[in-house]
Amino acid sequence: MTPTDHPTTTLEPPEGRAVERQADTPPQPRRTVQGGLLDPKQLRQAVPGALAKLDPRTLWHNPVMLIVEAGALFTTVLAVTGPSVLAWSITVWLWLTVVFANLAEAVAEGRGKAQAATLRQSKKDTVARRLVDGVERLTPAAELKQGDTVVVEAGETIPGDGDVIEGIASVDESAITGESAPVIRESGGDRSAVTGGTKVLSDRIVVRITQKPGESFVDRMIALVEGANRQKTPNEIALNILLAALTLIFLLSVVTLQPLAIFSKAWQAAAPDTAAIDAHGVTGIVLVSLIVCLIPTTIGALLSAIGIAGMDRLVQRNVLAMSGRAVEAAGDVNTLLLDKTGTITLGNRQAAEFVPVEGVTALTLADAAQLASLADETPEGRSIVVLAKTEFGLREREPGLIADAVFVPFTAQTRMSGVDLGDRQIRKGAAAAVISWAGGATAEVASVVDEISSSGGTPLVVAEQGRILGVIHLKDVVKPGMKERFDEMRKMGIRTVMITGDNPRTAKAIADEAGVDDFLAEATPEDKLAYIRKEQEGGRLVAMTGDGTNDAPALAQADVGVAMNTGTSAAKEAGNMVDLDSDPTKLIEIVEIGKQLLITRGALTTFSITNDIAKYFAIIPAMFAAVYPGLDTLNVMRLHSPGSAILSAVIFNALVIVALIPLALKGVRYTPSSASSLLRRNLLVYGLGGVVAPFLGIKIIDLLIQFIPGI
Amino acid sequence: MAGWIFVVSLVLALVAVYRPFGDYMYRVVTGTRSSVAERGIYRLVGVNPAAEQTWGVYARSVLAFSAVSVLFLYLLLRVQDKLWLSLGLPAVTDHIAWNTAVSFVTNTNWQAYSGESTMGHLAQMAGLAVQNFVSAGIGIAVAVALIRGFAARRSGTLGNFWVDLTRITLRILLPVCALAALILMVGGVVQNLSGGTDVTTLTGATQHLTGGPVASQEAVKLLGTNGGGFYNTNSAHPFENPTTWTNWFQIFLIFLIPFSLPRVFGRMVGQNRQGYAIVAVMGILAIASVALTVGFEVHGGGTVPQAVGAAMEGKDVRFGVPDSAAFAAATTLTSTGAVNSFHDSFTPFGGMMPIVNMMLGEVAPGGVGSGLYGLLILAVITVFVAGLMVGRTPEYLGKKIGAREMKLASLYFLVTPTLVLAGTAAAFATGNNSTALNVGPHGLSEVLYAFTSAANNNGSAFGGITVNTPWWDTALGLAMLLGRFLPIVLVLALAGSLARQRATPESEGTLPTHQPLFVGMVVGVTVVLVALTFLPALALGPIAEGLS
Repeated sequence: MTPTDHPTTTLEPPEGRAVERQADTPPQPRRTVQGGLLDPKQLRQAVPGALAKLDPRTLWHNPVMLIVEAGALFTTVLAVTGPSVLAWSITVWLWLTVVFANLAEAVAEGRGKAQAATLRQSKKDTVARRLVDGVERLTPAAELKQGDTVVVEAGETIPGDGDVIEGIASVDESAITGESAPVIRESGGDRSAVTGGTKVLSDRIVVRITQKPGESFVDRMIALVEGANRQKTPNEIALNILLAALTLIFLLSVVTLQPLAIFSKAWQAAAPDTAAIDAHGVTGIVLVSLIVCLIPTTIGALLSAIGIAGMDRLVQRNVLAMSGRAVEAAGDVNTLLLDKTGTITLGNRQAAEFVPVEGVTALTLADAAQLASLADETPEGRSIVVLAKTEFGLREREPGLIADAVFVPFTAQTRMSGVDLGDRQIRKGAAAAVISWAGGATAEVASVVDEISSSGGTPLVVAEQGRILGVIHLKDVVKPGMKERFDEMRKMGIRTVMITGDNPRTAKAIADEAGVDDFLAEATPEDKLAYIRKEQEGGRLVAMTGDGTNDAPALAQADVGVAMNTGTSAAKEAGNMVDLDSDPTKLIEIVEIGKQLLITRGALTTFSITNDIAKYFAIIPAMFAAVYPGLDTLNVMRLHSPGSAILSAVIFNALVIVALIPLALKGVRYTPSSASSLLRRNLLVYGLGGVVAPFLGIKIIDLLIQFIPGI
Repeated sequence: MAGWIFVVSLVLALVAVYRPFGDYMYRVVTGTRSSVAERGIYRLVGVNPAAEQTWGVYARSVLAFSAVSVLFLYLLLRVQDKLWLSLGLPAVTDHIAWNTAVSFVTNTNWQAYSGESTMGHLAQMAGLAVQNFVSAGIGIAVAVALIRGFAARRSGTLGNFWVDLTRITLRILLPVCALAALILMVGGVVQNLSGGTDVTTLTGATQHLTGGPVASQEAVKLLGTNGGGFYNTNSAHPFENPTTWTNWFQIFLIFLIPFSLPRVFGRMVGQNRQGYAIVAVMGILAIASVALTVGFEVHGGGTVPQAVGAAMEGKDVRFGVPDSAAFAAATTLTSTGAVNSFHDSFTPFGGMMPIVNMMLGEVAPGGVGSGLYGLLILAVITVFVAGLMVGRTPEYLGKKIGAREMKLASLYFLVTPTLVLAGTAAAFATGNNSTALNVGPHGLSEVLYAFTSAANNNGSAFGGITVNTPWWDTALGLAMLLGRFLPIVLVLALAGSLARQRATPESEGTLPTHQPLFVGMVVGVTVVLVALTFLPALALGPIAEGLS
């Protein structure tokens, strides 16, 4: 039963209890990011799971494999009643085909299991200190309801998801994020959300619970990584329909073959009976083999593993998708809304240039600016000191080593900071403030200030004793590599839009520098929402990140809304993904993972279908060359005997599933490029490869098994 | 050499008419002004020409109209002896009347009877010819409705069936047929209401030569890809198809509408290049098929063909091998089913080609309308796989191909193979395959051909089996009926589902569906799907015969 299926009464904690009971699984090592490679240990561990999945009720959701299992069952009966080496060999390999398919799914699921176990650790039987009319009462965590308030003090585990309504505390969230550095959580603002299962390290907070019992963030995470309530995504359903249709066609084309085969055999009555055909037509063993070889078993076996692995790749990057649907939508995104600060730019303005005025040398200006900034610990101040060093080799002087230095800190009233060295007074700060302190400015100063402002920068004026020395150009610095990233996006057909609170002029300058396609300046949450609606009206899919409560409507409206884990619970509730690292650039990776997931499905489908061509060339002559010797011309692989040809095809069909498990888990190679070049490449590799590979594979297997007596 | 000129000039003529004729049809199906005659018809039927229909209403209109047509035609054939111009022929027997009624209403024109000795002039003109027009009109209307589904922006409606059928019949089929009939008459095709003439042949025997309104029947037989001949021997009869150049003109008529409809598609979706891509797929398949058929016939194996230089058995000397083979390919690449030679006598591989052409689902270029919608379904399936490979959930012309669309497209694709294979298997399983001539792989081909032809609404016959028995008439009638209307309902449902969607704008990340790569892929998907479905059956028929 999924949480959403659950009636939304609040007085029903059995699910929570069930989770608690499972919580005493042995402790697992901390989850590490696993590579795509498949190590044999994983395979071994997955074997019991694979065998358990042979249950037809489990296999029901995979019609292709269900048919293979039915076929295997049928050949088992035939092999028991009329035993032969061929019959038993084929029967064994048919069962292996089903097991291999289950193995793929079990391996993919196994990767989430370890993670789920870690998460369960955090769900230890916590007892909450619930506040009832100001009095603390001990209540089991599982019985907390929405709206309850609880007290948590240093060393205690937060009993459920909620918002801090009182106090401030440092919290260890490593159980969820894997990040060991503690984070600050405080009442009010955008950093008030706390997650159940995390630990308070210092101080005391009061938390209002926002989750329903059994539906906490950790519960949802466990369900997600385990694939417990994995539902088929829309595209997966569509692909399953295509596979079911192909299965039906092949089933039909093989079943209707029988009367034709009987007719043909009767006409060539003198033709000898073989292992494949006799007077009763094609033998049951061979008919089943043909069906299994033709129906799209490869993709049928790997489809759900591909989906689970796609979610898993996100989890490895510390992103939790609340549904597979969101991952799929990520591949389709047309428009990316990116916040400027922290995503496109480094987040702080940095000194980029010293512009001296009226005969002052740049060195003098830099020296004065450095002196004025020595005690300024803001990133802007540090960047001035750094620039003075890189441009003019001015070494940083320790503030304490300069005699008589009195540092004047920045205040909101003066809007400047600086230093007094004896009777030398140096100030730097907002243009208007410093100019009035210096007692007016020349036209040159005014024009430099204007120029910097209009280019999107921030001017800081430096003055000494009423004389203006020059201006420091502070700039928003675009993160290195962003322009290239956006060029790639454009190649993939994705427009990037920068969201900023800056004025349009500043926004445009940064947008041009970063190479985004569009920008939204002086953006309010309503503007964001309106922009998303407008894009969606035009049929485009929009992705965005957000963390504040006021982002929630836009996150909910966007097709892919990635909430930062540091964000409010409203934001996390509204989005359909949560980034545990709270890194907004992750959006770009999410899009790529979504695309890779879809490409893997398409590539393996193509491979699976094109494989059939070779199988026909193996099986048709094997079945009918005895009746019509001319058909042996089709045996282009020159396979040893009818029996070896059919067995080789069946073995190849089974082994190819195992061979492709690593690819299904890792995803096919994806480099951002245009649709045409992607199609050309994948068609060549998986289309042409799918035609050629089985010819080679079947021939090699045939060369090996021809030595088995009785084949 | 003559064969080359024949084929190349045909291709050039079709290229020349693609734009002007396609544009003309585009104006007809998108026009809103009604003529006096059309307004009269709308009043008579009681429809508001401005009212748009949802897919359900559109489909019910098609089915209702066709049901009435089957009933009317059946009754007409059953009582023809009591009406005028029956030429003294008796009423048609019940199973043949059912089979024929279904056959003509479904645009199949499978003829389980011999035309000159079964049908009077009234049955030919008021029954069969009328259906030749409206069944073709329905095909085009359904194709146009599907295109409207692609072009629509969340409207959910597909146009008005009654308006479409009226306009297509009055403005496309009738005028072109009138012109074509005149040209055929000039070429020597007969056109009269004569009951026939008795002549004495060279050997002294007496032969009855039936006359009749042949040219007018002939024009719509080909233009509407119907194929039901006035005479039993169809376009091999000198009164139907007297000379090489009427033969050329007949093939031109067969291809005219199917090859020009992609232009209508391109214009209606606002991107002519999409039309070019579709017609390129049709062209590549058609040229390959014609080349292979002609090749197999000219260089056919076997003692007699090698001795005389080509496989001449069953072909008329006035056409020769290349022209006969080209006609065979043309008639099966479309849903025409007219013949000017005996397909049963083709070389094994030459005879396999018409079967394969039909198995392709008759999409290259296919029947009027049905070819286009069949190919668009294949394009949708191709887009689904190709679209995934570019990392997006698949879309075609901005419309998402989701679970519902895939379900409808897959079901469409399942219908005909199911009918063909189940029918063939049933014939063998019930022992209805056997007559004296039906032995070995060739006999198997004959049965396979019959069901392939019926289920794909082609109507041509390999021959060699007696099909005017109750079992065959019923089985093939069902194959024709289901093979026509199940796909139509599915296509309209798909159109409705597409029409409800808004369109996704194109970007660099969108799968381009107008480039050679995609064209090649549709060709590949079509051939591979068909090969995979039918190879086992073909292996026991023509392939076994050809490789022995």
